Order: sequence, then structure tokens, then C-alpha cells
Amino acid sequence: MVVLKLSGEDLTEKVGAGVPDSLASAFEKPTGQTSNDELWIKSSRVADVASFLKSDTGLDFNFLNSISAVDYINHFEVVYHLTSMNKEHTAIIKTRLDGREELSLPSVYHLWRGADFQEREIWDLMGISFTGHPNMKRIMLWEGFDGHPLRKDYL
Amino acid sequence: MPIQTEPMTVNIGPQHPSTHGVFRLRVTFDGEEILEVEPIFGYLHRGTEKLAEERNYTQIVTLTDRLDYVSSMINNQAYCLAVEELAGVEVPQRAKYLRTLTAELQRVASHLMGIGFFLQDLGTLGTPLMYAFRSREKILDLFEMLCGARITVSYMRPGGVFFDAPEDFWPALEQFLEDFETEYAEIEQLILENEIVMVRTRGVSILPLDMAINASVSGPVLRASGSDWDWRKKAPYDAYDRMEFDVPTATGGDNYDRFWVRIQEIHQSIRIVKQCIEQIEPGPTRANVPLIIRPKPGAEAYGRVEASKGELAFYLVSDGGISPYRMKVRSPSLINLTVTEHLLVGWKLADMIVTLGSLDINMGEVDR
Amino acid sequence: MNCVLGSDNILNDTVLYRVIYEAVGQVLPCGMSYVVAGLAMMLLLVNGVLLGAGLFSWVERRLIGRFHNRIGPNRWGPFGMLQPLADLVKLLTKEDLTPRGADKLVFAIVPVVMVAPVILVMAVVPFAKDTALANLNVGILYILAVTSITSIAIFMAGWSSDNRYAMFGASRGVAVLISYEVPVVMSLLGVVIVAGSMSLDDVVTAQAVPFFLVQPLAFFVFLAGTSAELNRTPFDVAEAESEIIAGYHIEYSGVKFALIQAAEFGAVLTSSAVMVTLFLGGWSGPFASYLGWAWFLMKIGILAFIFSWVRATFPRLRIDQLLAFAWKFLLPLSIINLFATALEVYFLRDAAGTLDTTDLWFMAGINFGVAFACLLIFGTLIKEKVRPAGPITGATLSTGEAD
Repeated sequence: MVVLKLSGEDLTEKVGAGVPDSLASAFEKPTGQTSNDELWIKSSRVADVASFLKSDTGLDFNFLNSISAVDYINHFEVVYHLTSMNKEHTAIIKTRLDGREELSLPSVYHLWRGADFQEREIWDLMGISFTGHPNMKRIMLWEGFDGHPLRKDYL
Repeated sequence: MPIQTEPMTVNIGPQHPSTHGVFRLRVTFDGEEILEVEPIFGYLHRGTEKLAEERNYTQIVTLTDRLDYVSSMINNQAYCLAVEELAGVEVPQRAKYLRTLTAELQRVASHLMGIGFFLQDLGTLGTPLMYAFRSREKILDLFEMLCGARITVSYMRPGGVFFDAPEDFWPALEQFLEDFETEYAEIEQLILENEIVMVRTRGVSILPLDMAINASVSGPVLRASGSDWDWRKKAPYDAYDRMEFDVPTATGGDNYDRFWVRIQEIHQSIRIVKQCIEQIEPGPTRANVPLIIRPKPGAEAYGRVEASKGELAFYLVSDGGISPYRMKVRSPSLINLTVTEHLLVGWKLADMIVTLGSLDINMGEVDR
Repeated sequence: MNCVLGSDNILNDTVLYRVIYEAVGQVLPCGMSYVVAGLAMMLLLVNGVLLGAGLFSWVERRLIGRFHNRIGPNRWGPFGMLQPLADLVKLLTKEDLTPRGADKLVFAIVPVVMVAPVILVMAVVPFAKDTALANLNVGILYILAVTSITSIAIFMAGWSSDNRYAMFGASRGVAVLISYEVPVVMSLLGVVIVAGSMSLDDVVTAQAVPFFLVQPLAFFVFLAGTSAELNRTPFDVAEAESEIIAGYHIEYSGVKFALIQAAEFGAVLTSSAVMVTLFLGGWSGPFASYLGWAWFLMKIGILAFIFSWVRATFPRLRIDQLLAFAWKFLLPLSIINLFATALEVYFLRDAAGTLDTTDLWFMAGINFGVAFACLLIFGTLIKEKVRPAGPITGATLSTGEAD
């Protein structure tokens, strides 16, 4: 049985209905327009949308594949890849953070424990901190390291 | 009068014969019992993701070899799938079969190493390790025949594979399959029914299924806890949709079950290899892809495979140039380590080593 | 100047000593030749143990190599026989480090305290007819007392090293050694009852039927207990290489480490020697009065091979399982053996208190029966724990649907 990839419009409808005032608009990035496979949400509502995605019986996303962060110079994007093992579908959720200093997002640690090391790594290498994470420390580099190496302006 | 005791904090690693690489655990012991665990890594962090932004798509294949350095073929496969999705490339049939064949051979080699070192950590002083490595050496010789390298193979390219298999590869592969039957039967007979192995690993460090899914654990560790989720079956890639194989699962979630799942997966991988040999047909081994690939600007891809340790995925973002704008590696070993604390607290020092061995992590992947 | 030993002198029984004494006594005054002959015997024993330790290390490495389907040392000398010499040279030329926080005096004397008991044990073991250096009439008690010093040495090593891994190893080592003393002592009591004396020479002459047949349970318990006391796999928690790296001797380097290793390998040989004397008939065999030493060495070789074989095959037990093995399995077995032997000897011995060969065979038969019964009972008692029913509960090979 092949796992389905849920389309952006599908998800936008459901999440728009389930979690009010959480959708953000997709927008033209410096690198060019992307496809419609993802759901864009506001950065402050990440935890609410995530808990809706996990608890809604039709969506039931119980497995967090990965959290990635991308540095687009003027803003950062954080991408969540989710899978539902029971319903056998996957989804891509994206959120956008403007600016480069003092970035923070609500953490999804309490929904999916798998976010533990990945969020710490994003803090360590990209500088986006996650509020609500019990152990927001650097993971790959040592405490006291200056800077966030994976950013585009480091080296 | 109660005895006054004091908990002791010890660093296990980073230099230790049994931590599977440079991995450090700060453990607090009460006698032999573990009270607290804190995993610390980053000792092998080489900045793979940053380096990838400086190299073109074909050069990055060599970077991916060194992620999980005991299963390089599968890393290559995951990366090439991601690039092919990014650039919209179609892989020819023969290349798909060659990829499947080498990936499954690599899975056998990786599991043999995992099993061998698991038993070494139990204290057998090397006998099952040597038996497992005897077979693994033959697989590495086959890889050398294919692409010239044993460990960091760089065999696959976006669009297919690098070389076609030479003429004497196929008889050598048949010979290996024949020898492996008897050799592997020896290992199984020596290990699977040994009472000391059972007493030391049964019921130790149990991982319940809901915690495993919540912690994004994948691969044999997840399948030993009761789920039958295997990306080769759920989202087939390369030639897996034409292969008939089973997915071993166990419901106990203890050390023995993780070990048993890997032993059974080797049998299934050999089945797939035999089917590949039957079904493969002559043809081109690489799509007509330029050496310097320029995908469309703004394209993104998430290419995932079922690696020997779990779900290995590459998230690639392109900006139209010759290198990816961002390459993120979703490494199974790092995420499997999320459950370390749950698995270790409450057990003993001797169990800690065995549990880490049963998780089968590889620091090249964890640290990247 | 013909010096003659008094007939009440304990050394009078030892043929080898008497020969050397009388030979040297032709040249030197009697007092001095007494000492010189003693030194010559000691030279023989000490060198025997230490050279034997070196030889055994080579044998073990080659054997384990063969068990691993590989060759083992083969560079130095024919079949790699000079490998122990190469190792010795390497260790002698290494820097002798003492950790900064270590207790210097204790740290320095540990190797000596470890080697001494090993060599002292050989003083009472007869390796041919009438050749034990000191034919004590409490030989077995002496052996037990001397081998217990090893536990002190291990703890000294762990404590003085100022290293947490060493402390782990030392604590485990002491726990293991103390736990395994008790079954070992009980099993030896069975031998003493049958032989009627604690002197090793008497035990050898009493073995018209080798005692491993007459006392199978005692032999098994002594074998397992000695493996644990020697810190050999499957009981080597004190120096588990994959867990606490080297355990109690982690901080030792150079000559001190060489001596500790010599003590460890030498202990295997001397424990095998004791086992041979007590259970396998010592130097007895055809042409024993000429070739007694050859039979002795051959039997030690067999036991050493068994030790290496077990080491290459089994994984290691966890510390709590080890202690459970000693207290809940070996100790009851040895007590049952003691009772059974006592009853048999009480009923079978004749008026003078000796047992003849048919009595010994009879006892062997009964004891084998008792042994089988015990193993059956214990086997059913622990079966559920060790090997639960079925392969894995709920394990399936789920067949995914083919596309």
C-alpha cells in the first residue's frame, strides 16, 4: 500500500476549519515559487496546529519525520514533515520567521518526543530557539560556542 | 543502621571500546544501577550540511558516503532519490535493480556488523564477531569489484549508478550467496539459542510501541516494538515494488527482540538479492543527466529510504544553482537516541552497554 | 660432609629436595646446603609458574585465534612461540605510570601481592611422586587460605588507582570472589572426606579411581568456582573489557602490568594443577614413578584447554546473575554433594577407616545418579526464566501486500 502525500489545499481547508487564525499565505521566495504540497501556518500557532493535526481523527499524524530549518537571508523557514501511520498519509507543514535575531517558535516536544534532539540542533546550528522545550541547549557544539554555523552569514 | 551511599557520576566514553564510536554518556550510578543518563555527542560533527552547500550535486554523493559509514550504499541511494525528485529525472530499469541489489547487500553487511558488535558487547570476546565479519568481508570484496571501494563506495549517482557490474561480479555474487547460507546458519545456531544471551537480553530495556512512535523511532528498533512500518513496503522506491519479502516484527521491544529482528532482516535481504539477480535485464545504467545538475529554482524534495538503521531522508532545497541551497539529513541514529534515557534508567551498567548495542547507532550519522 | 636429613623433617619426603641437598652437601657445609637446596627448589617452582604463564598466554592466543577462524600470533618464532617474549620486552620498556591521586605505596605493591599467592600455591602441589616441596598435612586448607589473598589484591588495585572504572571492577571482583569461596570450600570438603586427609599427597594416593568420577558434583562446582575466582569468562565481570575497559588493572602499565598478567595466567595454571591433583589423579598414570611429571603436565594441559575453550564460547553473565549462580545453584549443589558423600563414606568404610577401589566405584555410581537428579531438578526450576516457551511471543513475519 503506497503512502499518500496530502496536498496543500486539502490540509489548508481542514486546518483552517479546525484551528482558527492559524494560516499564513504562501509567498514568493527569493529562490523562486515552490509547489503546492505544503501547508503554511503562522509561527505563533505552531503548537496549536500541531496538536490539532495529531488529535484530529481524520488526520491523526502520530509520527514526526523531521524538522528542518532553512535560512533565506531575510527570513527563516521551519519545515515539519509528518506521517500518519494509521491513516498512511504524509504532510509537509511550513512556517516562516522574519528577521534574523531573537527568533523563537513554540516547541512540539510535548506532542512528539522525537522533536527533542532536532529542535536542539536547530537552535545550535541555526539560532531559532523553541519555547517550551525542557532542555534547550546546544547539542552538536559546546556551550560557549559563538554563533550559529549553518546560517548563511557564518563563513 | 542504614548504609550511607552516594551516587557516582561517571563518563562513559568518548573513548571506550563499546560506545560504537565517539559517543559520550554522562551516567549517575548508585552502585551498579543507573539513576540518570545524559547523552552528549558532537565529537564527530564535520559540518556535512554546510559542506553540501559548496559542492555540486554529484560531488555530494561522496559526502553522503561518510554519514553512516557502515552502510554507504544506502546513504547514496537516499540522496540520489532526493536529487532525482528535485530535478525530475527518471532512472532506467537496470539501474533500479542494481541499486536495490547493492542496497540490500549493504543492509546485510551493516546488520552483520550490528549483530557482531552486539554480541561482542555481551562479552563473548570476539567469536561471533569474527564469524559475522567473515561474511561481511566477502560482501565488501563484492563492492570492491563493483566500484573499487569497500567502505565509502560512492557507487550511485543521481540518475542511476556509476558503473555497470563487471562480468565476473555475477558468478562471485552467486558464490557468496551459496557460502553465506552455511556461514549464516552457523552464526544463528551459535547465538540464537544461547542461554546466557537470552538471560542477559530478554526483558531488558523494553520500549513500548506508543513511546517508540512518539519519539520518531524507526527501523529495526521500531519493528521490534510491534509496528510493521517499513518504507520499502509503504512507499516503494527503486525496484522494491517488484520484490517479494516479509517484514519481521516482534512485540516485546526488549534487547533480544531488536537483535532478533536484525537477524531475520538478513534473511529477507538475501531473498531480495536473489530476486534481483533473476529479474535484472541488460540496459542503460544511468539516465542522460548532465554532470552538473541544475534543478529548477525553488524546487524542494524529501527523499527517504529505509536504511539499515531506520528512516534516512534528505531534504533538499534548490535555488537553481549547481549546489543545493540547503541539504538537511534526517538521520535515524540521532532520532533513535531520543529514547536513550527511557531505555537505560533503572537498569544496570552491564545492561547499558548491551542496550546501546541493540539500538545500533552509528556516530557518523548522529553527528554528521 | 654427608648431610642427611632427619627423618622427622618434613622435607625428607620430598625426593627432589633430598637429592639436591645431598648433592650440594658434598661441597658445602650442611646449614648452607639446606638453604641452597631450598633456593634451588624455589627457583624451579617460581620459574615454572612464570614461564608457564608466558607459555599459556601464547597457547590461549593461538587457541582463541583458531576458535575465531583466524591464525593467532605467528610472527615471532616458529608458530609465534616467542610472542610472550616479545610482549615481555614491550612491557618492560614501557613507561611505568602512577596516577597523580593514587595511593603510591599500595599501588606499587599490588603486583607483588597478586603474584605471590599464585606461586605459593605450588609449594604444596606434588608434580611427581614425592616431589611436593612442603608436604603439609593441611595442604588443602593452605591452598584455600592462600588463594583468598587474591581478593585483597584486587581491592587494593581498584582502590589505590583513583579511578572510577577501577573501583567498579574492584567492587565486582571482591563480590564475586567472596561469593564463590563458599561453594568451592564445600566441594573440597567432599574430597577431603573421601580421601580421609587434607594432605595433597594423600589425596593423590587415595585416587585409585579419579575423584572427578567419584565426586562429579564437586568437580563441576570446583571447576565453575575456580573459573569465577580466576576472573575468566563467563565470570569475568571484574575486568570486563567491553564495559569497564580493564576493570581493576586499568591504571597499570609496564612491569606492574606484566606481573599482573603473569599472575592471571599463572593462576590458571596453578588452579589447574590443584584441580588435577585433587580430582584427576595428579601424577598417576602408567609408569608413574618415571613419567609422573609428564602425566601431570598433560592433565594440566587438558584443563587449560577447557578454560580457553569456555572463554572463547560464552558471553558474560551480569553481576547479579553471577552472584545468583553462586548462591542459588553452586552452593546447594555442593551441600548436597557433601551430605551424600558423608553418608556414603559412613556406610562404606571398613574398620580401619579406609575405602577400597570397589567402594569408590560404588560411590561414583551413586554420585552420578545424584548429580543427574540435581541437574534435572534445577533445570526444571529455572527453565522458565532462561528459555521462555516459544521463540518470541508475538513475533511475526508480516507479509506486506505485493503491489
